[in-house]
Formats: sequence, C-alpha cells, structure tokens
Amino acid sequence: MGTQTLPDVLVTTDWVAQHATDAAVRVVEVDVDTTAYDQGHVPGAAGWNWTTELCDTLVRDIVPIKKLEELLGKTGIDNKTAIVLYGDNNNWFAAWAFWQLKMYGHEDVRIMDGGRKKWLAEGRDLSTDKPSFPAKTYKASGPDLSLRAFLPEVQQAVAGKKAALVDVRSPQEFTGEILAPPGLPETCQRGGHIPGAKSIPWGKNCNEDGTFKSFDELKALYAAQGINGDQPVIAYCRIGERSSLTWFAMKHLLGFKDVRNYDGSWTEWGNLVGAQVEKP
Amino acid sequence: MKPEEHSRRQQELAGWPVTIETYKLGDVYHCSIANVDPGARFARADGATREEAESRAIEKATRYLAQTRRFTT
Repeated sequence: MGTQTLPDVLVTTDWVAQHATDAAVRVVEVDVDTTAYDQGHVPGAAGWNWTTELCDTLVRDIVPIKKLEELLGKTGIDNKTAIVLYGDNNNWFAAWAFWQLKMYGHEDVRIMDGGRKKWLAEGRDLSTDKPSFPAKTYKASGPDLSLRAFLPEVQQAVAGKKAALVDVRSPQEFTGEILAPPGLPETCQRGGHIPGAKSIPWGKNCNEDGTFKSFDELKALYAAQGINGDQPVIAYCRIGERSSLTWFAMKHLLGFKDVRNYDGSWTEWGNLVGAQVEKP
Repeated sequence: MKPEEHSRRQQELAGWPVTIETYKLGDVYHCSIANVDPGARFARADGATREEAESRAIEKATRYLAQTRRFTT
C-alpha cells in the first residue's frame, strides 16, 4: 500500500525476506499459472495448486474441510502458524486462498503486498527447491458462509437491491464484448453482467508495482460508485478469484462489515437458463 | 539464486496488448505472457536463450489469443 503503516493482513517483500523461514511463519505461493512456482519461488515457500488443492475436484465448490486440514497439516501449518500468501497476477489466487482460510477460521493469514511481480522486479532470491515440512495437526472450523454468496442471495440482491453488486472483471467482459480474458478459454454462454452491477475492475485496487493502493485511494474508488460499507456488498468476476482480491480489499483493507464473494460468478450466471443479463 | 536479466515489456499480439516477462534463473530462461487487461498469465515457456523462451511463449500466446472472440455490444 502507499502508506507507511500496513494493515496487519499485509506484509512487505522486505518482511518476507527476513521472516520466510521463521518457525512460526509459513510462506505459501498460490498462482493462476500453476507452473509459476516451478520457475522459482521465495526460498522456503510452499506451493499450493488451486486447481487440485484449493477446491473440491468432484463437485464445484471450495476445498472441503478435511482436505484443507490435510493440506495445512502436510505444509507444516497448525492453528497458530502465521500464513503468508503470495502469487502471480497481483495475488489473485493468493487472495482466493486467503478467503478460504478465513472461511475456515484461520486467524493469522497475511498477503505479501505486490506478490510475485514485486518480488521479481526487486531482483530478490528465487529457489527451485521444493521444501518439505514436519507434519502438523490442523483443526479447522466453519465454513463461515457469511463471507460467501450463493446464487439465491445474488438473485435476491438483483430483485431487492439490498446489496450492491460489484463486477470486478475487465470493462470488455462487463459489456459482453468478450466472454473471457484474452487468451483464456470462454466459459460462458452469454456475455454481459448481472443487472444492476457496478463495474469496478479488480486492477483499480492496485498500484503499478502490484501493491495495494492506500486506504484513502481505495475508499475514494468505491465511494465514487456509491459503495462505502453501509450496505452489504457482493463481489463477483468469472470464477471467483479476482473477486477474492476485491473482497480482500473491501473487507480487510477498508473494513467493510458485510462483504461476500460470489465464487459462482459469471461462469454460473452467464450459463444460467433464464437469468437476466444486462448489456453493456 | 538471483534472477538475472529480468525484463517486462508490453506489445501487441494477435490484436491484443500483452505483457511479456522474461528472466534467467540458473541456466534457464523463463518467459511468461499475460494479457494487459485483466492481467492474467496465460502462456509461458522456458529455453536455453532469451530468444528461444520468448519465441516459444509468443507462439503459444498467439495461438490462444486467436481463439478469443469479440462480440458487438
């Protein structure tokens, strides 16, 4: 962030360089491109694959509680460990992991501000070693579903306008000009956005170096669209990872009380028979 | 190890602006390509030289980008 005082959910690249191998800290890389970890990572960092380890691979859903407990245990994480997440694309899937860890009640989770992009740009050490960790026992709670929105809540938000909908995809996805980010597979039948949604692309949360903007800048960004934390907010994107980043910014950097991530996102709404779509 | 010869540049591929990032780690050059908006990495390749890594990544990226359709709104 652009201020000297970081919220307790953010750490700097300097802090990670100094604490990555502390016994009470576990640094974990989570990337959109699941091979990025193999191209070199923060020395001592574990790597989690979002496509196999941070979801239910049978039913479309977040990671089941037992699977999460096993993942954390084998990564040498117990309930007291400080987990520091980072990744590519300005921490998209690091935020996705953060969101799930919060749903399952982990207290001390942080994000490395600037992610992989800033670490690389600063020319910091990279390792291709895959560290192993002494197994620990982890007991999760929840999930806390007050952090997550399902389709019926989104439909209610559209009908009753009691929650603000924030579409964090690119303007071209919002208008329906494209169905997926350039170069990625199209995963929906219709383009456009959920009726009434405000377009606030995720990238507006970040500076050029990948760090989050300051509290005042973020506050102004959302206030300009009438979103200031006095009503529930539901964020969505295509599959729920970009909206995790926006959820993180609103919930943990701005302190909005009722913010939910709709991880069904456009892949659900844009394929739903009979769902209204707004263009542009 | 320290990454060496790190570079980031923007250019257009198949009509789309992309960011090409390359660095050398040990004896291997790693290249990844992301769309500028929204900024997602969608192609990458390795090589013994910068040119090899980048040309492989660009070939993949161009192929993927050609499948992105534009619709009238």
